[in-house]
Amino acid sequence: MMQFMLLFSRQGKLRLQKWYVAHPDKLKKKITRELITTVLARKPKMCSFLEWKDVKVVYKRYASLYFCCAMEQEDNELLTLELIHRYVELLDKYFGSVCELDIIFNFEKAYFILDELVLGGELQETSKKNVLKAIAAQDLLQEDLNDGLLH
Amino acid sequence: MAYPMYEVDWSVLPPEQNRRFNPAFNIATIKQVVNEAIERVAPVSVRMPTPTRLRDLIRQIRAARTAAEERSVVNKECAYIRSTFREEDSVWRCRNIAKLLYIHMLGYPAHFGQLECLKLIASPRFTDKRVGYLGAMLLLDERQDVHLLITNCLKNDLNSNTQFVVGLALCTLGAIASPEMARDLASEVERLIKSPNAYIKKKAALCAFRIIRRVPDLMEMFLPATRSLLTEKNHGVLITGVTLITEMCENSPDTLNHFKKIVPNLVRILKNLILAGYSPEHDVSGVSDPFLQVKILRLLRILGKNDAEASEAMNDILAQVATNTETSKNVGNTILYETVLSIMDIKSESSLRVLAVNILGRFLLNNDKNIRYVALNTLLRTVHVDTSAVQRHRTTILECLKDPDISIRRRAMELSFALVNGQNIRGMMKELLAFLERSDAEFKAHCSSAVVLAAERYAPSDKWHLDTLFKVLLKAGNYLRDDTVSSTIQIISSAATERQAYGAMRLWTSLEQSAVSGLATEKQPLIQVAAWTIGEYGDLLVSEASSAISMVDEDGVDDFVRPTEEYVIDIYQKLLWSTQLSISTKEFLLLSLAKLSTRFTTQASQEKIRVIIDTFGSHIHIELQQRGVELSQLFRQYGHLRPALLERMPAMEPVAAPHRDEQELDLSDTSPDHTKPDQDALLDLINGSDSLTNGDVEHQPEQIATTNNNTSSNDILDLLSGLDLTPSVPAAAPAVLLANNNVEPSAAPAALLLDGLFAPPATPQPPHPADGAEWERAVLERGGVRVCVSARRAAGAAATLTARATSQLHTLTDFLFQAAVPKKIQLDMMSPSGTTLSPQGEITQVLKVTNPTKTPLRLRIRVSYNIDGTPVLEQTEINNFPADLFN
Repeated sequence: MMQFMLLFSRQGKLRLQKWYVAHPDKLKKKITRELITTVLARKPKMCSFLEWKDVKVVYKRYASLYFCCAMEQEDNELLTLELIHRYVELLDKYFGSVCELDIIFNFEKAYFILDELVLGGELQETSKKNVLKAIAAQDLLQEDLNDGLLH
Repeated sequence: MAYPMYEVDWSVLPPEQNRRFNPAFNIATIKQVVNEAIERVAPVSVRMPTPTRLRDLIRQIRAARTAAEERSVVNKECAYIRSTFREEDSVWRCRNIAKLLYIHMLGYPAHFGQLECLKLIASPRFTDKRVGYLGAMLLLDERQDVHLLITNCLKNDLNSNTQFVVGLALCTLGAIASPEMARDLASEVERLIKSPNAYIKKKAALCAFRIIRRVPDLMEMFLPATRSLLTEKNHGVLITGVTLITEMCENSPDTLNHFKKIVPNLVRILKNLILAGYSPEHDVSGVSDPFLQVKILRLLRILGKNDAEASEAMNDILAQVATNTETSKNVGNTILYETVLSIMDIKSESSLRVLAVNILGRFLLNNDKNIRYVALNTLLRTVHVDTSAVQRHRTTILECLKDPDISIRRRAMELSFALVNGQNIRGMMKELLAFLERSDAEFKAHCSSAVVLAAERYAPSDKWHLDTLFKVLLKAGNYLRDDTVSSTIQIISSAATERQAYGAMRLWTSLEQSAVSGLATEKQPLIQVAAWTIGEYGDLLVSEASSAISMVDEDGVDDFVRPTEEYVIDIYQKLLWSTQLSISTKEFLLLSLAKLSTRFTTQASQEKIRVIIDTFGSHIHIELQQRGVELSQLFRQYGHLRPALLERMPAMEPVAAPHRDEQELDLSDTSPDHTKPDQDALLDLINGSDSLTNGDVEHQPEQIATTNNNTSSNDILDLLSGLDLTPSVPAAAPAVLLANNNVEPSAAPAALLLDGLFAPPATPQPPHPADGAEWERAVLERGGVRVCVSARRAAGAAATLTARATSQLHTLTDFLFQAAVPKKIQLDMMSPSGTTLSPQGEITQVLKVTNPTKTPLRLRIRVSYNIDGTPVLEQTEINNFPADLFN
């Protein structure tokens, strides 16, 4: 089970955080800070896995963004890489060749997409098409009337 | 402009049908309508300006050039957002929450938005709900007390007619379910698992997974609905179903058994995945739904563990996956990795296991770091199953110790320690010590303990063992665990005299180098051990005799220079007056220095020592001061007591066994010698306070089926009865008897055993042996096996004992001779001439006994060996040595 997922930039700016375990805010911040520092300190040629505290951190960099998942010991690290890649593909399809700015200005959309892919720390849908369909349908439900209230 | 008319419709209709409005309504016009409506409704006095758009706020924040500037933008916006919350502005609430969520991500407090999120969730508008639930997941977690409120909201939405509203509620429940929420909403979730809608079904299944994880008691109610999940075609439902079942199986053994029957279903699903042709929906680089495949493989592993029948049912499919998976991409290796884990965990066929280890071998050579990491990780998990297969990759693994990547180094280190055995210890330790020296701080503690442990188990010789310990002290520095200091001291203390001198000399070299180079503070454990050793054996260090001991190390370098007494004291002074050393290190040094005053002979050095000790009489630390004062007294009115008080320590008892035992289990070695500590304990029990000095032979694996009953063997008679009875049953099954000796104590008449122990085969006492003459006795003679001990007086207060073992009929294997003497006597065991005794052959074992106090010599011996695979253990005591043996 995934314990949390963080997206952050090369400058160490947090772009998205999704927690599937309950921690006090203070601890979340501490973990985020420490992990970002540790991951950013790693060289590009190193492997994508990091045993960190009691979790196994799997991370991958896409352009300027780091996607970083904390998994439990039993989880398949290589599969987590696939999961990250799947999420990136979905963002890419949704935004049309996604870049960091898309995620900054539409962070809520990035959360919505993640929530259609992963639930409670486990993968819920293995078909890209289904995820995008569900997102599109909900966007429509939203757009119909009140997206202007949000943006 | 009839805005409200849409509001009536939208919440119940799915989007496809909710498109009755004029397409000319784009977002801008809607916004305009809304704004107008607000302007109409809101009284002028309380009207708030239209809030900044989310996009604009993000721009503003990003435009801030300093942290202070950013803070001021954020604070201003937060103040504004708070005020809108106070105004109960429901129209712009979702926009304000969205902004607050962005601000929260930057690390600013946002707790004041929690209740507003709940209000959004309660709103009938989908946008509000969507943002409200997002906010709830980000701002609330199960610790918050607003949970009662959110539970009600969730309950409502779980009953909504719109699948996406149900979906949002399930997603939120899955992310932040507290135990109370789980209990309150479990029945709703169970109902939704049975929903015909796959979109809701899969989410409900994962919610159930989280609920069970939080509250395992709730599992029962989900069982009936769960099995049918596997009959679905939808991959979302399948994968969530497998996840849920996996959790249930790990939750209770009963459930695990319950689900054994789904193995064929899982095998079928997996087979379909592999055999089915290309399906664009689930294809990842040519592999059909790797996510589902991996989940199924993992569940199979859990179901097949320790179950031959279930394992049998999955053998074929595992072989198929292992051979048919395309491995040019990460995704193929993902599946292979999971397959290998499953093959290793279940009771799979041996050919399959070979296949799995070969896959790992290929992984290890892969260019991709990730694959190499995974290979090391998996080898570590399988090393206990098939050590020899993993040993083949030893060189590659050792190479990984040098990898620049810490993740790989950590795995390689653990794996290397798992591979250490009696055959490769020298080579492996060389690599591991080099690794220890250059390794990161976080590895040093673990690595040094593991080295110490491995050295203790597999040391090929005493000298090697000591050398290794010294190297660890030098290389691990302050990261060394405390117990290594005491265990090293104990090993030195019970070593042979020449080893002790050797230890003092080696440690002196290290101590001197550290003190001179100013590195002593980083190597305090080394300083402590060195101080203790030099304090005890300082006389050997500075004496002429030291030149007889070879100090050439593995690289052929001899860097030992015999120091003068004064120089040793100078170094001590340097260290003692250093401000950096810890108090306990100084305590070691101070006491050691006092001891040196009786080891060193010249008047000048005595005087020097006295002066240094006197300075501690006014030390700021109370403990050191007290010691300083007390030791000073030994140079004044109690001077006559000094030599006796500061005498050499007697050899120390071996450290308690339990700790070591536990560590050995950690390493999970299957060699039988883990029983040894028990046997030592057994011998100790009989020996009372006598020390047990073991020679090199200690490290040979013993094949004795241990009696191990010493937990209940306080009854010494019982114990001895077993031991003594053994020989009377000629090589039949003495071990069995040994094991039973607690059960049938009556089988051994007490008189007989006492005979055996206290009156060993008595030949008439011969006249006193002349100088250099030999005294000889047969001490054990049973079943054709005979052990004789002869004694010869040697120079000084010493004697040389020779034990000779002969066997008339049988070939004895694993012959091991152990001996113990009272504490005041020192025993050095030389290497035995062999461990296999053939008929008419002979094994000799020389023992050197030093007895400075000339106490009467008592010698307890224990002999163990195998006859035709049956282990035998015998022991006896000899206390009738000639009285003048040491005169």
